[in-house]
Amino acid sequence: MGLFIAQVLTGLANAATLFLVASGLSLIFGVTRIVNFAHGSFYMLGAFVGYSLMQVLPGAIGFWSSVLLSGLIVGLIGVIVEVLVLRPVYKAPELFQLVATFGVILVIQDLALLVWGAEDVLGPRAPGLKGVVRILGEPVPLYDLALIAMTPFVLFALWYLITRTRIGVLVRAATQDREMVAALGVNQSWLFTGVFFLGAALAGLGGAIQLPKGGADLLMDFNILAAIFVVVVIGGMGSLPGAYIAAVLISVLNVFGVSYIPQSTLVLMFVVMAVVLTIRPYGLLGREEVAGEHGQVGEPERPIKPASVRTRWIVAALLLLLLALPLAGSHFLVILATDIIIFCLFAASLHFLLGLGGLVSFGHAAYFGGGAYVAALLVSQANAPMELAFLLAPVGAGMAAVIIGWLCLRLTGVYFAMLTLALAQLLWSLVFQWDEFTGGDDGIVDIWPSAWLSDANTYFVFTVIVGVGGIILLRHIAHSPFGYALRASRDSQRQAEATGIHTKRVQWMAFSLAGALAGVAGALFVFSKGSVFPNELEIAKSFDGLIVVFLGGVKTLSGGVVGAASFELVKDYLTRFEYWRLALGLLIIVVVILAPYGIVGSLRRVYERFTTKSVVPS
Amino acid sequence: MSEQNAMQTGSGSVLQVQSLSKSFGGLQAVCDVSFDVGKGELLALIGPNGAGKTTCFNMLMGQLKPSSGDVFLNGEKITGMLPRKVWRKGVGRTFQITGTYASMTVIENIQMALISHHKRLYSLKPFATRLYRDEAMALLELVGMPEQAERACAILAYGDLKRLELAIALCHQPTLLLMDEPTAGMAPRERIGLMQLTADIVQQRSISVLFTEHDMDVVFAHAHRIMVLNRGELIANGSVDDIRNNEMVQQVYLGGGSVFASESDDA
Repeated sequence: MGLFIAQVLTGLANAATLFLVASGLSLIFGVTRIVNFAHGSFYMLGAFVGYSLMQVLPGAIGFWSSVLLSGLIVGLIGVIVEVLVLRPVYKAPELFQLVATFGVILVIQDLALLVWGAEDVLGPRAPGLKGVVRILGEPVPLYDLALIAMTPFVLFALWYLITRTRIGVLVRAATQDREMVAALGVNQSWLFTGVFFLGAALAGLGGAIQLPKGGADLLMDFNILAAIFVVVVIGGMGSLPGAYIAAVLISVLNVFGVSYIPQSTLVLMFVVMAVVLTIRPYGLLGREEVAGEHGQVGEPERPIKPASVRTRWIVAALLLLLLALPLAGSHFLVILATDIIIFCLFAASLHFLLGLGGLVSFGHAAYFGGGAYVAALLVSQANAPMELAFLLAPVGAGMAAVIIGWLCLRLTGVYFAMLTLALAQLLWSLVFQWDEFTGGDDGIVDIWPSAWLSDANTYFVFTVIVGVGGIILLRHIAHSPFGYALRASRDSQRQAEATGIHTKRVQWMAFSLAGALAGVAGALFVFSKGSVFPNELEIAKSFDGLIVVFLGGVKTLSGGVVGAASFELVKDYLTRFEYWRLALGLLIIVVVILAPYGIVGSLRRVYERFTTKSVVPS
Repeated sequence: MSEQNAMQTGSGSVLQVQSLSKSFGGLQAVCDVSFDVGKGELLALIGPNGAGKTTCFNMLMGQLKPSSGDVFLNGEKITGMLPRKVWRKGVGRTFQITGTYASMTVIENIQMALISHHKRLYSLKPFATRLYRDEAMALLELVGMPEQAERACAILAYGDLKRLELAIALCHQPTLLLMDEPTAGMAPRERIGLMQLTADIVQQRSISVLFTEHDMDVVFAHAHRIMVLNRGELIANGSVDDIRNNEMVQQVYLGGGSVFASESDDA
């Protein structure tokens, strides 16, 4: 009994951090509609800044003022990010801003490395709260009790701010209808900045407050990201009490998981989420988003046309040129080109979902990594020949997409996105923790193609045929009746349903197809590298896909491929430098600000400005 | 009212609505509404904002499930059936606020509906733009906008969007058209034009039409019969002359703002 209570108390104490960070994410999303990927980075900064302050400020007063100051400082950093990076891109198409926040993640990672070094730091213990009390014989740290006592007050203060003050009224109004709030004379940009400050400050506080329990390291930004997304989704988007309940639920379950089923701690969180969302699709205390038919932000996508005969000849000629690449004699170039084509196919499959279907999947790496693992497991566990493994990889990835798609498509918008992310993380944690079967962190090695493909040049030709074939297939489907039905379901679900289109089924099939093709990319990948590790299906990989699709241009057919090719090339070049993340992050931010319609979209606009005379449609 | 109903049910009605009701929480939006739509009939459903017209429409085509009551299409019960299934049974619909595919051209919008009608939605092989072009073009000519075929739908004027929606609704040769405020948001002259066009088309093809409308000129000029809905209840049902001279209707429409203390959109 004593142990049980002690574990519940530990869980409640852990919930404090999770709640603080998650409520910040939820607030920022509610008002600005920005999915702030950099939220984990604010949390990490809070921990590091807090650590440095605690070195200087002594005693209990020093400790607690360090915590508050970290919140304040991180909040101000949030303001800098909002003003410099996000303000210029508010007018860009929906969700484009998340690319900018991804750039911020990279920049903050390297800045933290620069300032605090690569070593993990151990947080100081809180002065005056170093001891333990015995509850039914079990030791419980005093600091835990302090956290447990504090969190409800924070919840209450936030709740009061949002529901009972004038600022709260503005925030809630902006959550429902930004344009109307602006029309009523509220300075929207400062409201956004203010909310960003508050959200970032909460993340910073969360980072600082967990120092005595966890310390600070450079991986904590991504490590907490999935957990806070899960908390926000389980609690219900925009509900503070919901976020608190979900944080407690997840943290307490996690503590029990560690003691009783240590092999599945990571999976547990996602299982809980899946169960909650099956029963309550919009979270415990969330409500269905009444989006209304506002349509897309910005100008709608242009009508698409099948490629002209001339374009086809040009593409065919370029392909021949590409196939001749091994003749150049550079082994390095062939390997790089293989990588790029594989990444392009992955990006094209995500673009199919995102661009044509309007289905923003945050967890597309699940199918890439999934395909790779299916192939690798068939070879290593079942001794399957490469050819069979290669054929079954997309089947496996497609099956995963069928199941995940079915679960996720019951939701829409950001709930859909979050659920795809969480389920992808579920797959990742399965692979990561199921050591005996998947090799866990050590991955699966020694997976090589059959003899006829073992030469790098031959494998390159194989990659071109399969990879480019997949890209062309997706492109053709975009022009087929099915592709049109997919776009129709995105443009006006109401009209589509009223003219006989089963929109959910169309989207489900598109989701499965995109998953299967990502699986093909995964299979190409595993046999080109000879190995696969869990990071091929983790969040960062999914984000890479999202970044290139947005950078290339969501509303253009070739956006995904162009974005992927340029990103992979630049990354290959930059990773030779020590602080490549900083450089890449800054580059992404610059591109985002200069080309808010993506590379292809923005180039097209420039081209049109020079070629077309202004024609006023009559 | 029951006499009138009995009178109109006689000659092969297309749609039969029997004591349809819908309540949202405590609000009784539609209350015990019954009527028939005769073959080839242009039936207008009028009433002030918030009377329950759109709610009624949404229940007929399955966008909303009725709380009680039944809907029969050509004798087959379609109560609560999904919109896409009702559509397959031969019911077309246009919306109060247009819903077209902004990323496609005008003609592609129609081709999309034709593809659905010919059950080729899941086909991966042909180019969609090349399917049923002639049929789509014929429909565009019918609604008088063939020269707009290749324009992006996103840049159409509102009146043209309404006409496009009409063309889309005609794709599967419906026996019944439900038109929710077909002329809302259009200039007066365009309104008459569009309604005249609709009347001509449905007469040629003997399609029945149920439509809601706020413009009395349009209603009196084209409707064969008029029903008046107020606060969810059908208060009158009769010929154009009957309704024009009906005191209760005059009360509802002209009797000052007291009928509805606060007018809200009936979306």
